[in-house]
This record gives sequence, C-alpha cells and structure tokens, in this order.
Amino acid sequence: MSDTVKHSLLFAFVGLLILLEGSTTFGGIFSGSWNSALVILNMGLISAIMALGVNLQWGFAGLFNVGIMGFTALGGLAVVLVSTNPTPGAFAAGGMGILMALVMGALTVVGAVAIYKFMKPGLARTLVLLAVLIVGFFVYRAIFDPSVEAVEAINPALEGNLGGLGLPVLLAWPAGGLLAAGAAWLIGKTALGLRSDYLAIATLGIAEIIISILKNEDWLSRGVKNVVGLPRPVPYEVDLQNDPSFVERAASFGLDPVEGSTIFVKLGYSILFTVVLLALLWMAQMALRSPWGRMMRAIRDNEVAAEAMGKDVTRRHLQIFVLGSAICGLAGAMMTTLDSQLTPGTYNPLRFTFLIWVMVIVGGSGNNFGAVLGGMLIWFFWIKVEPMGIELIKLLTTFMADDNWLKGHLIENASHMRLFTMGLILLLVLRFSPRGLIPEK
Amino acid sequence: MELLNALVAFTNFVGVPAIAYGSQLAIGALGVTLVYSVLRFSNFAHGDTMAFGTMVTILFTWWFQSMGISFGPLPTALLALPLGIAVTMLLVLITDRTVYSFYREQKAKPVVFVMVSLGVMFMMNGLVRFIIGPGDQRFSDGERFIIKARAFKKMTGLDEGLAIKTSQGITVVTAIVVVALLFWFLNKTRTGKSMRAYSDNEDLALLSGINPERVVMYTWLIVATLATIAGVLYGLDKSFKPFTYFQLLLPIFASAIVGGLGSPIGAIAGGFIIAFSEVMITYAWKKVATYVLPESMAPDGLVQLLSTDYKFAVSFAILIIVLLFKPTGIFKGKSV
Repeated sequence: MSDTVKHSLLFAFVGLLILLEGSTTFGGIFSGSWNSALVILNMGLISAIMALGVNLQWGFAGLFNVGIMGFTALGGLAVVLVSTNPTPGAFAAGGMGILMALVMGALTVVGAVAIYKFMKPGLARTLVLLAVLIVGFFVYRAIFDPSVEAVEAINPALEGNLGGLGLPVLLAWPAGGLLAAGAAWLIGKTALGLRSDYLAIATLGIAEIIISILKNEDWLSRGVKNVVGLPRPVPYEVDLQNDPSFVERAASFGLDPVEGSTIFVKLGYSILFTVVLLALLWMAQMALRSPWGRMMRAIRDNEVAAEAMGKDVTRRHLQIFVLGSAICGLAGAMMTTLDSQLTPGTYNPLRFTFLIWVMVIVGGSGNNFGAVLGGMLIWFFWIKVEPMGIELIKLLTTFMADDNWLKGHLIENASHMRLFTMGLILLLVLRFSPRGLIPEK
Repeated sequence: MELLNALVAFTNFVGVPAIAYGSQLAIGALGVTLVYSVLRFSNFAHGDTMAFGTMVTILFTWWFQSMGISFGPLPTALLALPLGIAVTMLLVLITDRTVYSFYREQKAKPVVFVMVSLGVMFMMNGLVRFIIGPGDQRFSDGERFIIKARAFKKMTGLDEGLAIKTSQGITVVTAIVVVALLFWFLNKTRTGKSMRAYSDNEDLALLSGINPERVVMYTWLIVATLATIAGVLYGLDKSFKPFTYFQLLLPIFASAIVGGLGSPIGAIAGGFIIAFSEVMITYAWKKVATYVLPESMAPDGLVQLLSTDYKFAVSFAILIIVLLFKPTGIFKGKSV
C-alpha cells in the first residue's frame, strides 16, 4: 500500500468517526446527533490548526515550546480587544492613564536594560539599576492604580473593562495572530538562547504569567468575570428561525427550524475553519518544501553544522518561534469566536498545551498532514474517551451488585480516565511508532 | 515596642509561612534536581508523583483513623507516610522498568525523555483523579497549633499575635532531617558516592565499575521518598487537590532552576528564594508599615506589590530574570 493511500485512509477514518457520531448511537459511545458531530468537527479543526503551529516549531525547528496555552489565550484576548464595542466613558475615565502607565513601565525596563549594558559593572551600576527599577515601579503604580480603578468602576456587572474597537470579528483572527506573534518575539528575544529543557520551562512559566494577567487585569479582559456575548461571523439561530425562507428550506431537508438553524450555524463555522486550515496547510507545505524549510530542518538536525555553514541559528529560531506562535494565537482567536466568550479561568496547561503536544506527536511531528490528522483524531478521542470509559467500566463491573460502593466509585470516576488514556496513547506512540501515524518524509 | 510588633507581624504573616512553603518546595526541587543530574532530563511528572504519594498516604491515614489509631498531638498522616513512600517507590520503579529503561538503552536525547515524562505525567494525573477524585481532601488531625496567637500575646504582652501551625513546625523539622540524611547519604555512603560519580561523568563512572542500573534504581527510590514527603507536608499545611499538585510543578521547577539544575544546595536555596519572594511580593504590607512608620505617614492602601493571584507569575518572573543573567542558575547547575 502506498503512503498516499495509507494516509488518505487515516483521514477517511477520522471522517468516518465523525459521520458515525452524527448518525448512530452505537454502544452508547456515539451520540447520534449531527449537532454534536459538528461540535467535535469544529474544535477538531481548531486543534488541527494549533497542532500545525506547534509542528512548525517542533517538527521543523526542534523548538520545545510548552507555552501554547499563553498564545491561545492571547488570541482570545484579541477577539475582545478588536470586536467588542468600546465601553462608553472608559477611555476618558482611565484609558489614557493606563496607556501612560504602561509606557512608563516599558521605559523603566528599557532604561534598566540600557544602564545594565552601558554602565561599568560594579556597586554603582547595581545601585543605579535598583533605584531606576524601584522609582519606575512606584511611578507606574501611581499612574496605573487610579486609572484602573476608574475604568473598573464603570458598570462592573457588565463592563468594567476598556472594551474593544468594535470592528468585525473576523478581523480579530489575524489580530490574534499578530498579538501572539508580538508576545512570541519578546519571549524569543529573551528565552531562545536557553537550552531545550530550560526553554521549555521558561515558556511554560510565561504562559502561566499571561494567564494570570488575563485573570487579574479586569480593565483589560474582565478577568474571571469573563467576557460573554462576543460577536460572531455567522448568523444567530433565532434570526434564522424567524426567517420564513430558511424555515422552508430546512423543512425541505426534513429538519425542524430549531435543529436546522443550529446545524446551519455550526456548518458555517466549519466552512470558515476549513478555509483557514487549508490556507495554513498550503503555506506550511510550501514552506516545508522551500529552501527555507530545508534550512530549518538542517538546523534542527545539527545546529553546530548549520552554524558552521553560516546559518544564523538564533535568528531562524526566533523567526519560526514567532510564526508558530502566531498560528496558535490565530487558533485561539477562532476558538474564542466559536465559544463567543473569553473565560480566562478555564485555560489550563493540560488541555491547552500538553494535549496539543499529544496531537503533534501522535500525528507525526515534522509532517504537516500528520499534525492535522493528530489534531482531529486526538480531539475526537479526548471527547469520546469519557463515554467509552464509562461503557467499559459498566461492562467490567456487570458482575458486581448495583449497590456495591466500588462499582459506584468506579463509574463515578470513569470520566477521569481521559487523562490516563491520553498519557497511555502518547507513551505507546513514543515507544512503538516514535515518528507518529504519518511520519516525516 | 512598635518595632517589636512589626517584627512579630512580619514573622507571623511572612516569615513562618514562607519558611514552611520554602521547605516544601526545597524537598520537591531536590527530587527534580536528582532526576536531572542522574537521569539527565527534566521530569514533568514530578508534581504528579507527589500527588500520587500523598494520595496513598491519605488513603492509609483514613484507614488508620477508621481503626482508631492516632499519633497523639501529631497528625496520623506521619504514621501512614512510610507506607505511602513504599507504594510510591513501587510505582516509580514500575514506571522506570516499563517506560524509561527502554529509552535509556536507546540512548535517546534528553528532549525525548521530557516528552515521555509528559506521558507519565498524564497517566499519573489520571490515575490519582480516578482513585481519589478531583476534589479537595483534608486529612490533617491532631493539634492544630504549636503556639496560638492569643497565648503568644498573653505571654509577651505584645499587640500582635504569633501563630505557628503544627503542620508548619513538622514541615521545618522534617525538612532539616530529610536534607541532613540526603547529604549524609550522598557524601558518606558508597552508593551515594557512586551516584555522584555517575552524575558527574557517566563514562568514567562506568569504567570504574559502577553499576548504572543500581544508580538509577537508588535515584528513583530517593526521588519517590522526597516526592511523597514533600507532597504530604504540603497537603498537611494547605490541603490536597490533584490539580494543585500538578501546578506545584511550576514553582518546584523554578526553585530547581534558580538554584541551578543538578545542584542539591541550589535546590534548597532556590526553594527558599522562590517561597520568600512569592509571599513577600503578594503580601499586603499595611500592617507592618503602620507599626514602623510614624502615624502621619501610615499608608492608606494595602501596600501590596501584586495581587495574590500572581504568585505563579512571581516565581517565573524570578526564574526568567535569573536565567537571563545566570543561564544555569545561581549555583552553576549543569546542562545536558
């Protein structure tokens, strides 16, 4: 069997799983609802995009980034900043002050860096440095705190943040990519000199810092109060249900208006996501085959040799770190749009960082199609391991009495087998097929 | 008197909690550092090993409590601790046999080991949640306090009270004993010396007839012990929740790295640096400041540098700053 056939069959298998989800309720595992099938498909598409981004960093360049969660969350923030309406009076109340404070903070850091670079090492430098940092911090807080208070005082039940620019939500997607790219550039500038383990832990920490900022800076993201009701690029179900021509068309497919409208909306998202995914996949493939892609892989395989050949390794690493993170930011913005809410409290590294890693490794690192396949397949299992686990436990415990405490405990906790299974899948793939389902050519 | 009050307030709200937390981090970081120096990878599963050991200890504690066994004023968990350590040792050895040994034979790159430890992390995390559930578990019993705030006030006649929890006292005493034993083991015993030799120069150690599998096994046994002790101490002091233990990975890594990966002294220093900075930067200094400053200058706000939710952010900010200036940590750790 040629590779192409085998890989097409793998993709067909994922397609089949989603079709089964929509059409049957076999064994209590599938739900038999097209709505649920589309929900899985949509998140699968987004996961595939994130996996593409990580594959760019790991598969192409060997950069071990475990801060994906941070970039995803920044993408989500971009949706709020671009597409929500500005809060009336917020900018006048404290927006200017907050901006000034941030500029002040940035100047302090720049000043500190300059002092560190240009003054001679010694006690004098340390003292000046400390003085600049401490004075800078207090000036920053003196401007920042009252402005934040003023902004957060505006209608805190609904707003209390600056709001956004009120632009169409689709613009937020590239903006999410840009925001993540900017953050990645800053991080890369400071952390990319580190060795692989140190880089991994630094990125893990930076992602945690980004999440705590989103959780705490209410003026920016409403923190744990969440931003809900974000605008969407597809019509609302209610509008469709009130549109006679849509109701008529739904009826011609044998659907009632409510089901028809929910499916229509989800299909709309699926189409948008597929377009983005295909475009990115095409670009990633072009990049992989280009001289640039070959150079990247050469650097990945032997950094020292590549450097000796005159390749600027640090620069290339920075470049691909920014590109890969931008893709994760884009996917984050798409995900927040799909949910129509930003919920900083729900970002956790098991789901938004390590699961993406499982996708890349299982799919096949270094191969873009592998990343896409891994994204969709692992997402399906992430959702379905729970019902599968419950069915399995039920089967295994049929011989126990119904009031047995162990049986109750097992069934109650079966859903936690999801993490266990993901770990098992990852270990099995790393052991028996370390290059993944679709290996690098 | 005012200065004395300020000192007591500082000890009560910053000193004591930070010393306890720092000891817990230090014992955790010692485990991470040992794996790094002997097995040469960053073990992402360490937080979940801690959770597993603590869970086993909790289960034994509950069993003891149900049988009416107690440890007088001390928590019953201390009686269950050896059993928790034994079971964790078993789990860790099984993991090494079934998972890590394969990659050791292959001489896989460190980054592959890190990936593999991600898989182990997922599985242990799932296992713990499956057995004990994701919720909060309390298992401390016995006396709650060594010194109560009111008794301290009566004793000294100061306005400020000082309270020391039993769990905090136990943590510090245990940490001192554990660290002393570990350093004695590494420096004085034959096995400890061969571990250090293996960690310094693998080839040379092999040449001089050190059995690598034995070194690896002893490392895992010590790591399991340290992880369980750190986990149980943290659980007694705060509470046990699987997700919190997974998150502890972050400050523990930060401690180990700030001190210098592979350096035991560094791990201890790192633990206290991280703990003190986390507590000090997120503590509201108003009370202390009011005692120290003259009345006219007393602060209006809480004088809190950052909100408490930023504590992980603080440990990482320190980590990154240290890495920028000393890429291998304060005590010059090694790099693979």
